[in-house]
Parts: sequence; structure tokens; C-alpha cells
Amino acid sequence: MESYVTTIRCTVNGIARSIKTPPMARLLDVLREEMDCTGVKEGCGEGECGACSVLLDGELVNSCLIPVLQGEDSTIVTIEGLAPSDSLHKIQHAFLDCGGAQCGICTPGMILATAALLERHPQPTPDQIREGLAGNLCRCTGYMRIFEAVEQAARG
Amino acid sequence: MRANVPSYDLVAPRDLAHALSLLPDYRPLAGGTDVMVLFEAGKLDHRCWQSILHLRELRGVTEAPDFVTLGALTTYSDIRRSSLLGAEFPLLAEAAAQVGGMATQNRGTVGGNIVNASPAADTPPALLAYDAEVELTSLRGSRWVRYASFHTGYKRMDLAPDELLTAVRLPRGGRVTKSSYRKVGTRRAQAISKVCFAATCTGDRIRIGLASVAPVPLLVEATRADARERLEAALAPIDDIRSTAAYRRQVALNLLEEFLA
Amino acid sequence: MIGRPVPRKEGIAKVTGRARYVADMSLPGMLYGVTVRNPTGRGRIRNIVFEPGVPWEELTVVTARDIPGTNAVALLMNDQPVLADEVSAHIEEPVVLLAHPDRYLVEEARRRVRIEIDPLPQIFTLEDALAKREVIWGTDNIFKTFSVAKGDIQVGFAAADLIVEGEYETGAQEQLYIETNGMIATANLADGVTVWGSMQCPYYIHKALLPIFALPAEKVRIIQMETGGGFGGKEEYPSMIAAHAALLAWKSGKPVKLIYDRAEDMVATTKRHPSRTRHRTGLTKDGRLTAMEIEFDIDGGAYCTLSPVVLSRGTIHAAGPYECANVSIRSRAVATSIPPHGAFRGFGAPQSIFALERQMDRCARAVGLSPEEFRRRNFLHQGQSTATGQVIREKLELEKLLDRALELSHYRQRTEEFAKTNPASSLKRGIGFASFMHGAGFTGSGEVYLKSVVGVETTLEGNVRILTASTEIGQGTNTILSQIAAETLGLDYDRIELATPDTGQVPNSGPTVASRTCMVVGKLVEAACQGLKQILEASGLSIADYTRQFGPARAYSEYQPPPGVAWNDETYQGDAYGAFAWAVYVAVVEVDPATAEVRVTDFVALQEVGKVIHPVMATGQIEGGVAQAIGYALYEKVAWKNGHMANAQMTNYIMPTSADLPPIRVFFEENPYAYGPAGAKGIGELPMDGAAPAILNAIENALGVGFNEVPLTPEMIGDRLWSRT
Repeated sequence: MESYVTTIRCTVNGIARSIKTPPMARLLDVLREEMDCTGVKEGCGEGECGACSVLLDGELVNSCLIPVLQGEDSTIVTIEGLAPSDSLHKIQHAFLDCGGAQCGICTPGMILATAALLERHPQPTPDQIREGLAGNLCRCTGYMRIFEAVEQAARG
Repeated sequence: MRANVPSYDLVAPRDLAHALSLLPDYRPLAGGTDVMVLFEAGKLDHRCWQSILHLRELRGVTEAPDFVTLGALTTYSDIRRSSLLGAEFPLLAEAAAQVGGMATQNRGTVGGNIVNASPAADTPPALLAYDAEVELTSLRGSRWVRYASFHTGYKRMDLAPDELLTAVRLPRGGRVTKSSYRKVGTRRAQAISKVCFAATCTGDRIRIGLASVAPVPLLVEATRADARERLEAALAPIDDIRSTAAYRRQVALNLLEEFLA
Repeated sequence: MIGRPVPRKEGIAKVTGRARYVADMSLPGMLYGVTVRNPTGRGRIRNIVFEPGVPWEELTVVTARDIPGTNAVALLMNDQPVLADEVSAHIEEPVVLLAHPDRYLVEEARRRVRIEIDPLPQIFTLEDALAKREVIWGTDNIFKTFSVAKGDIQVGFAAADLIVEGEYETGAQEQLYIETNGMIATANLADGVTVWGSMQCPYYIHKALLPIFALPAEKVRIIQMETGGGFGGKEEYPSMIAAHAALLAWKSGKPVKLIYDRAEDMVATTKRHPSRTRHRTGLTKDGRLTAMEIEFDIDGGAYCTLSPVVLSRGTIHAAGPYECANVSIRSRAVATSIPPHGAFRGFGAPQSIFALERQMDRCARAVGLSPEEFRRRNFLHQGQSTATGQVIREKLELEKLLDRALELSHYRQRTEEFAKTNPASSLKRGIGFASFMHGAGFTGSGEVYLKSVVGVETTLEGNVRILTASTEIGQGTNTILSQIAAETLGLDYDRIELATPDTGQVPNSGPTVASRTCMVVGKLVEAACQGLKQILEASGLSIADYTRQFGPARAYSEYQPPPGVAWNDETYQGDAYGAFAWAVYVAVVEVDPATAEVRVTDFVALQEVGKVIHPVMATGQIEGGVAQAIGYALYEKVAWKNGHMANAQMTNYIMPTSADLPPIRVFFEENPYAYGPAGAKGIGELPMDGAAPAILNAIENALGVGFNEVPLTPEMIGDRLWSRT
């Protein structure tokens, strides 16, 4: 059986990286296994749950559906890179304050989805919040604490 | 991840001509929102793929007097953000807004939605209701096909192995007096449709695009007087894990009643 | 400290992505493991073929023959093998294990194992199991039966003016924690077995692995990693996965990581038991209950797992918070040929309470009373007794709880408004409620048998560390136990630490199940802290000084039942639970007659839980439980095909998204429970119980058509609505 490999260059959380990898490897696996970004979680492997959400060139994507070749020359932000080390982003603060994280497995993706939402709608309506987070499934909270966290983060 | 990942090749063509030259051996992969799901499940048989998402010439909405044209790689997010589409083709904008979540909308493309050939896809009903045409390109040249005749059977298309779907165009100037898009899904977001209904009314002429009620996205052309009869005759739904044939049939008819009311 | 929204202990680790779950862990030289499962169904394993195409000599292959000890997962009956041998009882049962350093190659290998099975007859329904269409387990397909009798049911029916009968069904439900199951193990004869993983109950796994490896207790060590949700789904099945990872490690001599993907987690692991309940209720003309005869049956799947205990809880909750002199409840857990069902939040109670609260609405209608007035006439009061004869000693004012819930939900205004607007409206709106209770802690003498132990110890930094095996799975264990310790010791919350739940380090505080962590384990933390406080006060030293001079001060506490509690396992009479939480939930729905889609548009959850330890987390627990229960009621349907889950993807098994849920408005009443920490009772499972019947009652209010089955899909509603027109 053939075995394919390629070299991918990209910037992850501000650091330029170059790695050898099969071109069809999922961005999810490359981030977790080659770049120590284990805050990127796998929940379903089919783009349904959003636990693997990252920001790719500023846009929210499901890293489980992205072959790493599509990350060539891109800029990627994972939960580890949302705030400078030893500090918290205002969204992270809001999730802590409002009880937006329970088991924590959806939390990194949910926070990045919130960042993408607030980028587009800095003062989102309740409907915009519900729609903006609909691709990120949470089984613990029933979403109410998360909505509150988004509203708090939007207030600044 | 059930696939044996290193056994798959993925390459990035330099430009459209290069991409076409790689067909049919290297199959196109765009936003990945369908292909990667099969891959993850270990069900992707074909081994050689080309990633075309970076081909800028295939992305974006352009305006001409008679048509609005979407590059095949125009994403659902692009569609939602286009004020031109929102104003002139609101059903398509509505369809794009109902696909998956934000992350899926950022990656998934209109061309991908068409050539994945799922009978449950969200944009085809709107495209059918607007009588769209699709552009198919190969090294042999380009041709335009009426979208209504593109899907020829379950997962079968009027698309040669060396052709790439490169654009979709929507005719302008039709005097649509009423239109409606309704996706009845398994839930309000992140859903696959159980019935999807898009309709336009131009004078007495009604065009109804439907998904999930037949082996292919379905177009029913009718007048107000014979719409019920024609719709009923065209429906060929099935029972599956998401819904039942009886439900699909009745809901499609109910949505037509609502549209006609 | 109690009642304050202190920061979640592990919160920063979770919002920064630094929290370590089992999938995030690696060990040097680690192999990746996979499970090869029965592809067809019940049958005799004729042959296992390893097809060419992968370098088999590089793979570690484990079958039942490689098990050093007993081939059984120790739980209640020990009937479930670790790996099927000769005969397999159900589709997706584990048969072969594989491991290899290349995670992609091991998947290729999994596809090349062909398990050939000679089929044996199967049964897939409760009816077929009870009719013994085929005997697949024991002599009669019955894992367990219970019988609860209060008064004389015949006398009750004789006193009735009318009798209302009803049959109710509930479906299987997938827990759908967003983190799938997984384990990492090291294992060899010299060092024994060590397993890290996602789990609720480290000591259950510990107990299960001892006979499998024929090792003494000290040679098996189970360590919980951060766990991404459980809801009961990581109560018993993790023992199986831990055993598999450890068997591969044992044979290969290398660490093995075994992580399920979503499809495998859904087809193979346990779900909520499907159920059928039959009610016969005797009523007087003025709406008093004279007799409640209830038959409650659940489908346990192919092995016993925890079915008897699930059945027990469902049985005890089946007659609800009502006073009735004559009650008869008979229940059965039966075997079918589908993958075993198991623990899921509520544990039998959501099933029997669904039936009861639909039946109560139907009884109200039968006697011409409103649902609220009917319940008012039958509510249980202080000094009266439940179906098991448990006398309610605490203050109990369900009428007040009902009044407040109806007021918070604008029940009367909405009832009137909907009646007026529905006839002309294209959307039909309705409102409905359920009143119910949920017992906290293990049933009956369960806590006495468990003899849970909690420890606390001082550290050199001047902190106090809590030693328990109670796991944080998102529900707030770390935080509330720390609050209780801080309050008892008079220390800052930040000075409380938690030991990792590691069976090598912490005592057995019992499983993290049954809404027992706050009420039972929390009370033990309180008692241990009181002991530690005495040691420290007697020494006159600070925590840091004491630890420096004498080493860590330690105090332990062991479970003691509250005084006067008595339970008879033979008659199933007595004090079933130390305490109940009480609740009234109200749902408002909107039904679209064109599509038969139901939307819940408002939800009020009011409960009395003793004392709220952490208001934000308690609210979050209730909201999350209600969300799961809305899923149970309207969306979450397992599509069975010959005993196999045909929709084992998150795309096709439909849990609610943020766009599907109404505002969930949560309110608490407090009535401190004398034997809970700071007065707290358990709350974890309660919110799973009431939403489904409240929603179906609301749908009947909206449409004038009643439904008695969940999940209630638009297809089922449409069948009834459209066949009438």
C-alpha cells in the first residue's frame, strides 16, 4: 500500500511551524499530536459537535473535517492561543463566572465559537447567540449558563 | 479515525487548468464537509484527491445583466453575507443559513452541495426554484446545463469524470411575486432535512424545489390550479432513520397548502 | 462559603484547554488498541479469520483465551464476559482486541478480522422476552422482579367510583457525553495493572479487574483523568474498556491506549432502559386516589449489568408523591438480544414517572378536575407514607410548590389565553406540568452496605486535601466538596485541595452515582473535617506547623445511616431513601399542525432540594438535566435495526442544540435536611424526571390529543393528526 507524506508550513498560536505529515491527516490530529494543542477536542469526528473548533485564518472551522494540506500557509488559533499565557481572555473569564463550563470537553470549542460570534456581532441578540453557537453541542449545561457567559463577554 | 490515513493522497493544483488536468484520477475535495465524514468513517474508497478550495477563480458572487453567478467554491457564509443574493435570491440565502453550524457554513460550498448529490441537500431546492444553471468545465471546454436536469438518479449526475462543476448561475429579472423556503429538519439547527421545500410564484407559474422526498432533489413546475396534483404525482419519498415516507409526503403537501394560502 | 458561587476548582484548566483528559495523555512506547466486535448478532462463534493485508506479526492480538483470570465483568451477576468466547449474546459484543504502535494501521487490521458466527435465535422486544418466544437468559428471560404492596389493592378498587387504565412507553436514550469513552493501561505480573481513564467510579473498575487478572487489590490501581461528562454512561461500561486496555498491555508488555470513536461508543456502550408501564387507577368521583396498580417493565438487553438496581429505583418512584392507601407495584427487568442497557441519570425513575404523570393528567380529566386540582387532592403530606410505607418526616408542602410553579409559569393566564387563541391560530400552544420527587443516595440499605469512607489530610503549605474516590465529571464534585470542607474548617476555599481519584491514594467513598455525591459524600467530608478540626485544635498548631512537626494530620469518616431509618429488602417496605428532593416542572409548547413539529417555548423548573450549596452550579445542573429530558421527550430516538443502533452518529441521533431549547427558568425552595451537609439533598438526577411528562401534558393541552410514548416525534404526532382529517 502506498504511503503519502508532505510538508506543511503554518502558524499556530503565533508560532511558525513546519511538519511532515500525510496530506490527508486531519488538522485535528496534527494539532493534538504534533503541536501539543490538546485543548482541541474530538467529540464526533464528523463536524457535528464543534468540540474540535479552531480559528483558521480568523474563521471558525471544525478541525476534524480539514485535511492538513488545507492548512498550508494558514494562521491557526486554538484555545491555547486565545489569550497570552498566564492570562485569560474576557470570554474565558465569562465562562468561569457564569458556569459556562461543566465537564469542560466542549468548552474550548464553545469559547472559540463565541470569539468568532463576537467578532461578527459584538453585541449579539439572544437569537444570534443561539444561532452562532448551534454548531457546538454541550450535553451538560443546557446552554443557559453559556448564553449568559456570551452576554457577559459582550458587555466587556 | 477509521481510515488508514497515509494511504490517501491529497494534492493542491496550481490553478483551474492544473486541477482539470488532474481529473479524473484526482477527485476534487472542496470544503470537506461531506468527503471528510466518509473518510473518518473509513468509507472513502477512492485514494487520490485534489484540494481545490484555494482556487480563488472559483469563489465569489458576480453580477451581470441577465444572471447572478456563484463560483462553485462560494461558501454558505459567502452566500449569507452577499447582500445581492439576500435581496434578489432570498431563498438561497435562507438555505445557506440553515446548513449546519457556523463552522460548516464557513467551509461548505455550493458546488460541493450539488455534486455530493445528496437528495437531502439544503441549497438544491432553492436553486431549482430559481431555475439555476450549472457550468461544467473540462479540458475539452465548458458547458452550461439546466440544474433541473443535472441529477439523473440517486447519486448520478450529468457530469463526466473529467468535468468539474465550476459555477452556478441564477437568471435575473423574473417577477417573483411570492417565495418561501422551509427546511423541516430533525431539529432547528445542525439538522439534515426530513423535507425541504422552496417555492417561487411568478404570475400564475409556480416552481417548487424539494429535498428529501425523492432519490434526487426534485423540481415541480405547476400553476396554482394543478400544483397539488403535480406535487403529489412527483413525490417518491422513503422510510429511513430520519423520517417516514408518509410523513414526508404529507408535510410536503401541507407546506404547499401553506404556500398557496 | 455555602450558598456562594465560588469559582469552579478546575475551571481555569477547563477554559484554557489545559485540563487533561485521557485522549490527551501519552506514554512512551504506547500502542493503540481497538476492539473487534460481533458483526451480526446472537450466535455461536465458529471462526475468527485474520485476513492478509496487514503485518499480523507486528500486532498484539487478544482473545478470551488470553485472559489470565476470570472472563467476566464483576458487577451484580457476573454474567457478562470481557470477551465473548464460543457464544456471543448480542451484536457489537467484544470478541477480539488488537494493538499496534501505528494508530492508522491498527484500524486497517480491524477491518481485516472476520468473525464468523452461526446465528442463534434472537429477541428484540419486551413482549417477546416476557412471552419467552425464545429463552435467551436464565430460565425465563427475567433478570429481576420486585413487588411493592401497600394496603389492599382489591379493597382500593372496591372503593373506587371509576377506574382509569393506561399504558405508557419510553425509548432507549444515549447518554451522549461529548467526551467518548477511553482508557490507557500498563500491565504486567511484576507491577500489576494501572489504568488511567474517563470514568465515574474508580472502585467499580478496581473491583472488576481483580478477578480478570487474578491479582490482589494492591496490584490494581485505577486513576481518573478529567472526565468529559458521564450521566451514568461511565458508571459500569468503563470496567469493560479498562479490562480491554489492560489485557492488551498485559500481552504486549507495553502501555496501550484504547479510545472509542463516537460510532463505537454509541453502538456498543449502555443506554437508558426502554420501558413499558401499565397503570390501573381507582378514583372516587371527587378525585381521590383509592387504588394504584402499576406494572413496570424494563428492557435490560443481553446481560444483567445494573438492570436490577435501575428497576428498583423505577419501581420505588412509580407511585410518585401521592397519598394512596392501596398500592400494588410489580416490576420486571427482562433480557433481549440487544447490547445491554445501563445507568443513565434518573436510573429508572424518569421512565416510571413519565407514565405516572401522564396517568395523573388522564385521571384528572376522567373525574372532570383540572390537572392541578386533581393533584392537590392527592398530594403526599408530612406524616403520610409513600408506596413503600416510608413515612415523610420532613416538612412537605407540595401545594405551595405547585402554587409557586404555576405562578412562575403564568399557568392560569396561559391556559385561558391558549384556549381562546388556538382555534384560530396556525400554531397550537399548550401548557402542562408534572409534580414528582427523586430519592437521593443508594436505595434502601445500599449506603449501609457501601460503607463509604472519606479522608482529609493537612499539607505542608497549610492546606487541607480531601481524599475521596468521588469523581468530578462536570457536575461540580470538586467545588462543592471544597465548599463543605472550607465551611466546616473555617478555612479559605482556596486552601482546600482535592486528591486525584486514584484507588492507590484515596479511600472508597463509593461510586459517583445516584445523586449521592453532595448529600452522602458531602456529609462524610463534613464529618471528616470536624475530626480534623479537633486534632488541630487539640494541638494548638497551625495546619502548616502541625504538618511540619508531625507529618500530615489525617481524619476519616465512615457512613452512618441517619437514626430511625429502616428498610426491608425482602418486603421492599421501609425508608427507601434518606431524603427526597421534590419538584414541579411546567412546560409551554407550540405545535405546528403543518409539520407536527413541537417546540418547547418556556420551561419552569421549581424544586425543593434542602439547601443549595452553589447557586450557579445547582442551576446549571438543573438546566442541563432539563435539556437532556427535553431531548428524551422530543428528539432522542435510537433507531433500532435487528438489535443494532442504526443512527449511531451525532448527525442522526438528535440531541438538542442551542437553537432548540426554550429559556429554562430554574427556581429553588430550601428546606434544610438534617442529615445532609449544611442541609443539602441530592439534585443530580431530579431534573431528568419531570420534563417529558410535562411536555406531553402540554401537547395534549395544545392539540386535544394525548400521547403516551416518548420520544414523541413529529412522525408519531402527524400519524394521529393527519389520519383524523
